[in-house]
Amino acid sequence: MNTEAVIVTDKLTKRFGPFIACNELTFQVDKGEIFGFLGANGAGKTTAMRMLCGLLNPSSGKATVAGFDVYTQANRIKQRIGYMSQRFSLYDDLTVSENIRFFGGIYGMSISDIKKKTSALLSELQLEKEAKTLVRDIPPGWKQKLAFSVSIVHGPDIVFLDEPTGGVDPVTRRQFWDLIYEAADKGVTVFVTTHYMDEAEYCNRVSIMVDGVIADLDAPARLKTKYQVSSMEEVFYALARNAVRKAD
Amino acid sequence: MRTLFFLLEKEFRQLLRNRQLIRILFIAPMIQLILLPLAADYSVKNVNIAVLDQDHSPTSTKMIEKIKSSGRFRLTGYADTYKQALAMVEQDKADLVLQIPLHFERDMTRENVGKLYIAINAIEGTKANLGGAYLSSILNDFNEDIVTESGPINPSPNAPQITVVSSNWYNPHLNYNLYMVPAILVTLLTSIASMQSAFNIVQEKEKGTIEQINVTPIRKYIFILGKLIPFLVLGLLLFSMGLVIARAFYGIIPLGSLWVLYGSATVFLFSMLGLGLLLATYSATQQQAMSLAFFFINIFNLLSGVFTAVDSMPNWAKTLVETFPTSHFIKIMRSVVLKGSDFHDTAYHLGAMALIGLVLNTWAVLNYRKTA
Repeated sequence: MNTEAVIVTDKLTKRFGPFIACNELTFQVDKGEIFGFLGANGAGKTTAMRMLCGLLNPSSGKATVAGFDVYTQANRIKQRIGYMSQRFSLYDDLTVSENIRFFGGIYGMSISDIKKKTSALLSELQLEKEAKTLVRDIPPGWKQKLAFSVSIVHGPDIVFLDEPTGGVDPVTRRQFWDLIYEAADKGVTVFVTTHYMDEAEYCNRVSIMVDGVIADLDAPARLKTKYQVSSMEEVFYALARNAVRKAD
Repeated sequence: MRTLFFLLEKEFRQLLRNRQLIRILFIAPMIQLILLPLAADYSVKNVNIAVLDQDHSPTSTKMIEKIKSSGRFRLTGYADTYKQALAMVEQDKADLVLQIPLHFERDMTRENVGKLYIAINAIEGTKANLGGAYLSSILNDFNEDIVTESGPINPSPNAPQITVVSSNWYNPHLNYNLYMVPAILVTLLTSIASMQSAFNIVQEKEKGTIEQINVTPIRKYIFILGKLIPFLVLGLLLFSMGLVIARAFYGIIPLGSLWVLYGSATVFLFSMLGLGLLLATYSATQQQAMSLAFFFINIFNLLSGVFTAVDSMPNWAKTLVETFPTSHFIKIMRSVVLKGSDFHDTAYHLGAMALIGLVLNTWAVLNYRKTA
């Protein structure tokens, strides 16, 4: 690959007491890539993502995101990334457009930029009529799409999505992935964790975590060839069936 | 600063949209401020007294009349024996027993000495103490009356006589409302300021929205300021409502300037909100925040001199109370409302509150972790 790396980790480790949530993760994500982060519950996906977003301090190892060091330049990183957690985290007592305005505002966008972005975003999501609706009153599927759009409202280099389609119906999931592709086409690097193996097929490359370590990492097609199976589901099963950890 | 603008815009929108909360925040303290001072009164009335009159003389009858007419006592019964009188105390029918022994009148006229016995039920300490004190002063009065009536038998002009006449400065009629209403307002602000600011942040933790804030490059002190300012405004509105109620219901018009009052209220709220914000950084749930807040609110409100004089506390307690913003603000409120104190007079307390506030808010900013 001739593109530049936007996320580089070297033996990135997180310990909680004697428990090693992430053990010496070493990988690299390239610009514009859709990078899938797979793993069973408790495998350490979310912990790894939180370290890269600057929400959690690593115990050891190195990592840079958008060229900035996670230990010393967390705030520079935060300016360059978007994040959508598995918990819905827009303000449900603010309207759709107030949420966009608020998050645009605290990322330092100008009021005129926010206005432009808001109308573009609303028409893209076909939410124009709901601009003044409180977020708590819109259907869950719309909320997820809105949350994703808000997480990239400030035009970040990288967006981190932590199980973004949890509890969403298949049609909305499909639409959600259309949004992800659109963002990737515009050059945004997408780092996404998921449980859904069909979603793994949409990724350029996937890493499969088992018990805190990366068990394998490659393009979905190559992984299937390597394990001589026909679906990512089977690849995952081949790697994760020996997992020791059960729940998170 | 632009970030702060967007934060404040968001907070005010959310606050104004939360009608339920606004209603609770204004109506509850309003009711408390109207009702509490009516009950929180030091003057003891309706002390139940049982009389054991063994003398049955005109003097003893007159004395009992005098006690009855004082308005402080309620004669709940006459006992024939001391045992009977004690039984009345045991049944909670009497707080005090006045025993007028046999030959009281005779001893008074013959030897100029009469002995009376007062037994006090000390289970309700304040009532008993004050009741006893009232009774003694009525009896003293009565004593002087007798002397006047019978005329001095052998007046000696040189006999030393000390008469203490006390006058109550700043509150000549010892109107307890003047004293209690400002202090009760402070205790209400203490609870609301520290709890609401704490709950607000912890709510964001519970909903998970704070994580969305934590992945932005927002500065920690900006975030804390964004929480502090809306509640400061809310607190000042509540304070204004309190002043209006004090005037409308109790006719209390502060002698001092409103500038001093509002200036000190701002500094006070700054420190109490700082406590709330600090507690929020240590709590993961509203329940935890509530328990922590209650711990401090109870201590602040009970030890800050609303009901009991700080000066009579042990030294360690006095030192401790110096760190309570509530205590400083109560002193300021009382002296501004009753005495008309100005900024110069209240400088010490203002400085103390500002310092406490600075420490608490800085601590809150430092302890607020965007990165776990």
